[in-house]
Amino acid sequence: MIPKNLYYTKEHEWVKVTDEGLVVGITHYAQEQLGDIVYVELPEVGSEFNAQDAASVVESVKTASDIYMPVKGVIKAVNRELEDRPELINEDCYTNYIFIIDAEDADLSGLLSADEYAEYLKELGE
Amino acid sequence: MRTVLYDLHKSLGGRMTDFHGWELPVQFEGIVNEHLHVRSNVGIFDVSHMGEIIVKGPQALEFLQYALTADVKDSYAGQKAVYAILCNEEGKIVDDLIVYGIGPSEFLLVVNASNTEKDFEKLCSVKEGFDVIVENKSSEYAQIAVQGPKSQQVLQPLCDFDLSQLKFFRFKTDVKVKNVPCLISRTGYTGEDGFEIYCRPSDAASLWTSLLENPLVKPIGLGARDTLRFEACLPLYGQELDETVTPFEANLSRFVHMEKGDFLGKKAFGEAKRMLIGLKMDGKAIPRTGYPVYYNRQEVGKVTSGGFCPSLNGVYAMCIVDKKEYSEEGFEVMIRNKPAGAKKVSMPFYTKKYKK
Repeated sequence: MIPKNLYYTKEHEWVKVTDEGLVVGITHYAQEQLGDIVYVELPEVGSEFNAQDAASVVESVKTASDIYMPVKGVIKAVNRELEDRPELINEDCYTNYIFIIDAEDADLSGLLSADEYAEYLKELGE
Repeated sequence: MRTVLYDLHKSLGGRMTDFHGWELPVQFEGIVNEHLHVRSNVGIFDVSHMGEIIVKGPQALEFLQYALTADVKDSYAGQKAVYAILCNEEGKIVDDLIVYGIGPSEFLLVVNASNTEKDFEKLCSVKEGFDVIVENKSSEYAQIAVQGPKSQQVLQPLCDFDLSQLKFFRFKTDVKVKNVPCLISRTGYTGEDGFEIYCRPSDAASLWTSLLENPLVKPIGLGARDTLRFEACLPLYGQELDETVTPFEANLSRFVHMEKGDFLGKKAFGEAKRMLIGLKMDGKAIPRTGYPVYYNRQEVGKVTSGGFCPSLNGVYAMCIVDKKEYSEEGFEVMIRNKPAGAKKVSMPFYTKKYKK
């Protein structure tokens, strides 16, 4: 449930380093806690955020949850498929990303490794 | 607090949440699937947290006619469940509840869990001069709601009474369901046909288990209970109803029987200043409780309940707004400081499927 090749945040987002940029989504734990996802408010392409800024919102039947920028950067692309089918995140949260950040020389030192995230979930009692 | 079914919920994979001090399942397999299951088959809900207040004595009927908005005089003789409102002296809503006349001078009042103490105290505070006893008997009742179009089909084989005789909002005492003595009423909080079963807490687990033996039946959590009642525009205390609104403002005037004589709050209703309306959102962002509602760029009220309606595949909101004429167009809900367009639509959003 926690792919080894990704980075993670304590806000339960995953970050994948690719040639396109940093791809960001939410983890299995996050989608399970949220339950049925019915809306994703995507950020505007080209908008710039600092690390920890709320860039996007994922809404489930029960609640709304902010998606935070894992690092400072510019939104390079968003997953438009989620506009019509937000439930894709429930179906496969590690394929259905939310946005891609253009972040050259991004500082990834604040992110968690897969092992560290697994440890963190254990602390949360999961 | 826990209901007697807590361990069964855990064993069925229920994800527990705190609901006004009660540990109850918010969901089992997922809110949307559970919601759709109730609309097509049968869902069972543990609603044992609900409060039960007994009112009895020679003047029990006179007392309730004074304390509640609705006329309850036929409840015993007609075996009619009566939806009623308990108002305060200012005509504002203390609680909404169901009254069952279970004896010639004995009534069972089923009230919202979070309001049980408040209702009990309110009833006690106004009973002076009536020969009546008011008792909080919540711990002596468990309640299971059986809801969905196939409810009768599921419940009948377990039951020693012909359920086809029971029409919407009628009830029967001393029915045996799998040899468990129960009160059964054809009521619910989903907009579907269905029953609510009251029994002793010690009998609830066997009843729950018997119902689940039928493959048409699934356990349903509080999450889907909320989406089901919302889609059918059934009010929820704390959202559509509270001590700032009158029954007239909350779209409940048909449960206020002004002709029956004096009752608590009657003289204080005044002219309704606000009204409850329904909106259908143009987009998918969710208008949550408390978000401001605009009409032609003027703030006119706020969202009381809003959300995705699984059976309608759209996003809707119930809103309390200033009382005036509105056209369909021109509404916006401010969602995270951005206006989201909406149209006024009639309520209920989902057409109720009661067995009249």
